[in-house]
Amino acid sequence: MTLFIQQLINGLALGGIYCLAAVGLTLVFGVLGFPNLAHGALFMLGGYFTYSLLVDVGLPYVVAIVCAALVLAVVGVLFERLIFHPLRKAPHTHHMIATIGVMFFLIAVVQEVWGTGFLRMDSPFAGRMTVAGAQISSQRIIIIVTAMVVLIALTWFLKKSVHGQAIEAVEQDRTGATLVGINPGVVSMVTFAVSFALVAVSAGLVAPIQLLSPTMGASLNLIVFAIIILGGLGSLPGAIIGGFVIAIAEVMASTYISVAAGEAAIFVVLMAVLAIKPTGLFGMVEQR
Amino acid sequence: MMEKINPRLLGVALVALALLAAPLVLNDQPYLIRVTTTAAIYAIAAYGMNIILGLTGQLSLAHGAFFGVGAYIVGLLTTDHDWSFWGSFLLAILATTALGYASGLIALRTQGAYFAIFTMALGFLIFIVVTRWESVTHAHSGVSGVKYPENIGPIDFTQPTTMYYFVLLILGGAAYTTHALLRSNAGRSLVAIRTSEDLARSIGVNVAVGKQLAFTASAGIAGLAGGLFASLTGFIGPDSAAIDVTFEFLLFLLIGGMGTVMGPIIGSLLVAFLFEMLQDLQSYRFIVLGPIIVLLVIFAPKGIVGYLNDLIPARRRRRQRAAARSEDAPDETPAPRTTKEEVV
Repeated sequence: MTLFIQQLINGLALGGIYCLAAVGLTLVFGVLGFPNLAHGALFMLGGYFTYSLLVDVGLPYVVAIVCAALVLAVVGVLFERLIFHPLRKAPHTHHMIATIGVMFFLIAVVQEVWGTGFLRMDSPFAGRMTVAGAQISSQRIIIIVTAMVVLIALTWFLKKSVHGQAIEAVEQDRTGATLVGINPGVVSMVTFAVSFALVAVSAGLVAPIQLLSPTMGASLNLIVFAIIILGGLGSLPGAIIGGFVIAIAEVMASTYISVAAGEAAIFVVLMAVLAIKPTGLFGMVEQR
Repeated sequence: MMEKINPRLLGVALVALALLAAPLVLNDQPYLIRVTTTAAIYAIAAYGMNIILGLTGQLSLAHGAFFGVGAYIVGLLTTDHDWSFWGSFLLAILATTALGYASGLIALRTQGAYFAIFTMALGFLIFIVVTRWESVTHAHSGVSGVKYPENIGPIDFTQPTTMYYFVLLILGGAAYTTHALLRSNAGRSLVAIRTSEDLARSIGVNVAVGKQLAFTASAGIAGLAGGLFASLTGFIGPDSAAIDVTFEFLLFLLIGGMGTVMGPIIGSLLVAFLFEMLQDLQSYRFIVLGPIIVLLVIFAPKGIVGYLNDLIPARRRRRQRAAARSEDAPDETPAPRTTKEEVV
């Protein structure tokens, strides 16, 4: 039972990480209609930025994460302007190919700058807590709390703020949104900025409990795609629920079956969902 | 008369001649022949990808994995199980075709972004199997000592030139098939699917069957190329099934021209020699290639061959208009358009 509680909390922490990454991905899909295949690479980039700001520059942990998120937000705006805005009239295949180009570019750059080896980053919140008899590292508690706070703030942003409502409007009906005076270009930029900032936060949070490597984004990429497909592409609540479901399934499968089973569980879930319902479990977005 | 020469045919003839004559020029440089042979094998795989991506417009990210499966079947059967090359090569083609058919049944229920994500997951799953199933695939140590094709009568495949011509023959077949496909009704219905699935369906194209056949064939061709690759290089590791391989096929297609007959050859040869020249910059490769991909998609999505194709009719029209002006024709008739839009 203790093991179960411990793994459940580990699953929740991992779920928080996945949610933050998946929510950003699903926002971009909702607004622009294509999957950003470079999302995992941006996650990796966010992790490395946090590492450098913390270890090389010597900023406090929280400041380092916030700075990395800001840098990635700027990167997001640049990407939108330089790559996806010029492509706005092209078929979606072209967007996907462009994101693959970005992915390989980012991986190669990180390999050049930080090397191909693993990097370790210590958690500034070392120590453990006892929750219902299970030993939990403080970093995991921090992750769960931060993820909750960020997700609530994001929901508030999307529901209450002008920019957030504009994002939702464009997601629902691009032409209609343009007619009532919303500038889709600005909305796209804000969406990319928010999406990239979120993935940087999730990477910054996970960095102390995982090793950093240039390929760390590859598996996350597939996991977040599995999540947003499970949740229905473009659906925010779907991404949050999907994030926790996949994370807990992964942790439990690795604990009670084997590590490989945990890894495979994700793909089996993903492919099964697509085979049964090609638009995802909660998917109502028109297929392209 | 100049206008009698079809510039497309001339281009194709030049490429074919250059490929046929290459070993004569490179006779004393087996290494360069090998590089060209490898490029030709990649070009065959790119033809496979061309059928599903170039013709029907579905972005499949599993093709590197199909290539890897073909390579592993030939590699493992000829080394661990002592099969002949020819037997295992045949099995590799059949098995990847079957794999393509089976995965197509599920993958093609999805469309657009879902299809890309599904095939990416499929590719990754195959990659995991290759790296984890150590008792069969030897995981990270890979397979070494893969056999060359056995002699057929006096034909000795250990000669680099023989292997080159063997690959070239298959490559020519792939190019010709694409050409024939584009002129057939079947090929045209695939292009119709790329343009608009709904429209294609409304004019009576069986979209599901068309996509299924295209995906199956393209997987089989990728597997065939993988089998050749294993035999030529003699060694294969998990890298040959990674998503990077898919990315390279994509690069060849994009540079050469998606959906064209000559695009895969031009793209593969160009990139292969570019890689060869950038050997010292091996690790910087993707720093250069990533942005090139993005720039190509934005500014030249049709690739080299697509660009040349666009150039030719425009020039012909201009020439005809100029001729009409010089004859002082009172009414400028629009240049006659070719009824069949040829894609070379």
